[in-house]
Amino acid sequence: MRILGLILAGGQSKALGSLVSKRASAALPVFGKYRAIDFTLSNMVNAGIRKVGVLTQYNPRSLMDHLGSGKEWDLDRKNGGLFLLQPYVSQEGYYWYKGTADAIFQNMTLLRRGEEDYVLIGSGDHIYKIDFSQVFEFHISNGADITLLVKEMDETYDLSQYGIVEMSGNRIIDIEEKPEKPKTNVAFLGIYFMNKYFLMELLYNYVTKGETDLLTIIQSQLDRLKVCGYLFNGYWRNVKKGINEYFRINMDGLKKEVRGELFYRYGKIYTKLKDLPPPKIGGTAIVRNSILSDGCIVNGNVENSILFRGVNVKAGAVVENSVVMQDTVIEEGAVVRNAVLDKEVLIRQESRLVGKDTIAVLEKRAVL
Amino acid sequence: MRNVLALILAGGHGKRLGVLTEKIAKPAVPFGGKYRLIDFTLSNCVNSGIYQVGVLTQYRPHILNNHINIGRPWDLDRKKGGITILSPYLGGVSDWYKGTANAVYQNIEYVDSFNPDFVLILSGDHVYAMDYNDLIDFHILKGADGTIACMEVPIEEANRFGIMITNIEHRIIDFEEKPAQPRSNLASLGIYVFNWKFLKEYLLKDESDQSSTHDFGHDVIPRMIQDNRQIYAYKFNGYWRDVGTIKSYWESNLELTRPIPPLNLYDRHWRFYTQTEEMPPAYCAPSSKIINSIISEGCEIYGTVENSVIFQEVYIGEDTAVKNSVVMTGTCIERDCLISDAVIAERVTLQDRVTIGRGEAAPSRLDKEIYTDHITVVGMYSTIPAGTVIGKNCVVGIGVRESDFDSSFIESGGYVLHRE
Repeated sequence: MRILGLILAGGQSKALGSLVSKRASAALPVFGKYRAIDFTLSNMVNAGIRKVGVLTQYNPRSLMDHLGSGKEWDLDRKNGGLFLLQPYVSQEGYYWYKGTADAIFQNMTLLRRGEEDYVLIGSGDHIYKIDFSQVFEFHISNGADITLLVKEMDETYDLSQYGIVEMSGNRIIDIEEKPEKPKTNVAFLGIYFMNKYFLMELLYNYVTKGETDLLTIIQSQLDRLKVCGYLFNGYWRNVKKGINEYFRINMDGLKKEVRGELFYRYGKIYTKLKDLPPPKIGGTAIVRNSILSDGCIVNGNVENSILFRGVNVKAGAVVENSVVMQDTVIEEGAVVRNAVLDKEVLIRQESRLVGKDTIAVLEKRAVL
Repeated sequence: MRNVLALILAGGHGKRLGVLTEKIAKPAVPFGGKYRLIDFTLSNCVNSGIYQVGVLTQYRPHILNNHINIGRPWDLDRKKGGITILSPYLGGVSDWYKGTANAVYQNIEYVDSFNPDFVLILSGDHVYAMDYNDLIDFHILKGADGTIACMEVPIEEANRFGIMITNIEHRIIDFEEKPAQPRSNLASLGIYVFNWKFLKEYLLKDESDQSSTHDFGHDVIPRMIQDNRQIYAYKFNGYWRDVGTIKSYWESNLELTRPIPPLNLYDRHWRFYTQTEEMPPAYCAPSSKIINSIISEGCEIYGTVENSVIFQEVYIGEDTAVKNSVVMTGTCIERDCLISDAVIAERVTLQDRVTIGRGEAAPSRLDKEIYTDHITVVGMYSTIPAGTVIGKNCVVGIGVRESDFDSSFIESGGYVLHRE
C-alpha cells in the first residue's frame, strides 16, 4: 500500500501571542528538544510513508530550517522524500492558500505525479503517537470512502474549540464545527485518510466552485459518502489552542505515562540533531521533577520544569513550573515561576518573573 | 590549498581496559555520556577542515563500523573524499596489520589515490581537542619532513611515554621509548604529520627490515631521527588523555563532572559529533537528587546520583544511590542499590538491593595487570541478582546471568564470569 502524507502546517494562531511572532505553530518547541511537527512527521514515517508534503504559509522560516532536507526522518530520498509546499507565484497570478482544500488543490501536481493510492492528511500542530497502520486497516475493512480520526474528549478539552462529530456505529453522520452547545464529546482530530484519486475528484469538483475548506466539503457529503470515524484513545493535544494549552502539553511531559506513550511505543519521535553534550548538573544544583535536554548546565534550583537544549541555570537561580526554551540563560539569584521563556532569553541576576493568574511569557531574545 | 589526508589508527585491542574492550575495539568504547572515543579524533578532523579520513580497523570492528557508518554525523558523507574504513584485506602483499606502520604501508595505494601533500597519523582512542592546522602550520614553517605533537608531562610519569629530546629549535635530536631515566619530559602524543613522499619512503624501508616490529613509535620514527631527517616536536598545551587503563578511563570520565572541566564539551565553536540513538530528554523525578553529574538523554532518574557520568537511556530507581561511577547506555539500576566507584557497561541490569564497592580494595584474582585499582567493572549485557553485595576491584564479565552467581557476596578482588 503506497500512501502520500500531507501535513498542514501553514495556519496562523492568534492565541499563541509572541510565541508565534517568528514561527509557525507547527515549529513550536515542545518537550525539551522537539518541535510540534516532529510528532505527525515521525508517525507517518514510522507507518512506512516515504513521501510527505508539508504545506506551509505562515512564518515558515524556522519550520523550513527545522525540516531541512528531511534527513532526520530518513526523508532525504531519491524516490519520494520530503516536499516543502509553499504558496507560489505563477503565470496565472499568485494566491495565498485560502483553506485546507485550496492548499492541497494548488499542489495538485504532487498528487497527480506519484504512484500512491492513498493520502493521509495530518496537521503539524498535533502532539500524539499513533500506529497509523491500524487506521489503514480500519479504513479498508470498513470499506470507507473517507476515514476521519476522532477522539472522545474529557473535561480538559474545551469542546467549543473542536469539530464535534455524531456517530452511528463507525459511521459519522454529523459534524458540527466549534459548536456552542456540543451534542457529543467526540471531536474530530484534523486527520483524514482517503483514496488519493477520490480526494483529487473532490478537490476538482468543489475547490473550482469556490469551496476552500476540506472539512466543509466532507460535511456536505456525509449522507452521500461513507465517512467513518476511527476512535483514537491515546494522548492527543493541539499546541495551537493557546498559551495555557501549550504550557499544559509541555508539563504533561513530566508524566511517566505520557512519556511512555509518546516516546517508547510505535517507533521513535525524530527531530533535528543539535550535537550538544549531555546535560551537566553542578554541585549546587537541586533538580526535581524536570526534563533536561542536551547542552544544559544547571547549578540552580529547577522544579517541575522543562529545560530545552543549551539552557543555563546559574547558581542560586530558581526555576519552577516553567518552560524554558533553547539557549536561555537564567543568571544567579533570578526567580522564574509559572512562565514560558522563548529561545535565547536572558534573565539577569536577581530579577523576578512570576506568572500569577496567567502564564508569563517572554519573547525570543528578551532580556529581563 | 594544502591537501591533507588523515589516517586514524583504530585497530588496537586496548587490552588494559579489560572487559570493556573484550567485545569492542578501544576506539568504540563509550565516553562522556554519549560519545565513543573515536568521536574526538573524528570531530577534531572535521573541525580542522579535514574531510579526507581513512580509519584503519582490525580488532573487533563491528560496533566501530556501525558507529562510523558513512560518516554522516561528522559531515563525512561526501561525494569527494569523506570517510573510508580500511580493514585488512587479501591480495598481493597484504595480511593482517602487523603494526601501526605496517597498517599504513598496506594502504599506500589508498593514500596515493588522494595524492596528499601531508598525511596526519592519528589515534582513534585519545580524548582531546586539537586544531590540526596549528600542527600543520608549524610543520610547514619548520620545513620539516615530519612533526610529532608532544606534551610536557610530570617527569616522574615520563617513563610511561615515548620521550623526545629536542634542540632549541624544537628539532628532535633523540628519542627514547619509555625510558627508565628520562632526559626530558616531552612526551609523544601519538599524533604525527608527515610529508607523504617522505613517509612513503620510510614505510617501504621499514617493511623490508626483517627485524622491525613495524610500529611508528618503536621503529619508524627512531629510524627517521637516526637518519638525521628533519623531525620536529610541536608542543601542545591543551587537554589530552589516552584512556588506556580502567583507572584513567574512570578518572577522565569523572573529570567531566567537575565545575570547570579540563575538556570543554560545551564549546559551540569546537563541537564533538557522534552517532546516537534518538532519545527524549532526561527526566529527573521528584525523588531524585543529582549533583556534580552528567545525565544523558533518555535517562529516568528516581534516585541519587553524585559525581557520576550517566549515559543515555539509563534508569536509576528510587532509594538507589550512584556515586563516583560511570554507567553506560541502557543500563537499569533498580531500587535500593548502592553503587560506588564502578564502571558499568551497556545494557546491564542491577536488580533491587545490589551493592557495589563495599569494603577495602584487594588485588584482583582475575588479572593483576589489568585490574590494578579499586574500581569494580561490570561487563555489558550482564544481570546482577537482587541482594548481591560486591566489593572493590571486582569484575563481573560480559553476559553474566543470575545463575552464574554462586554466592550473593563477591569480596574485593573477586570476579564472576559467564559459564557457557
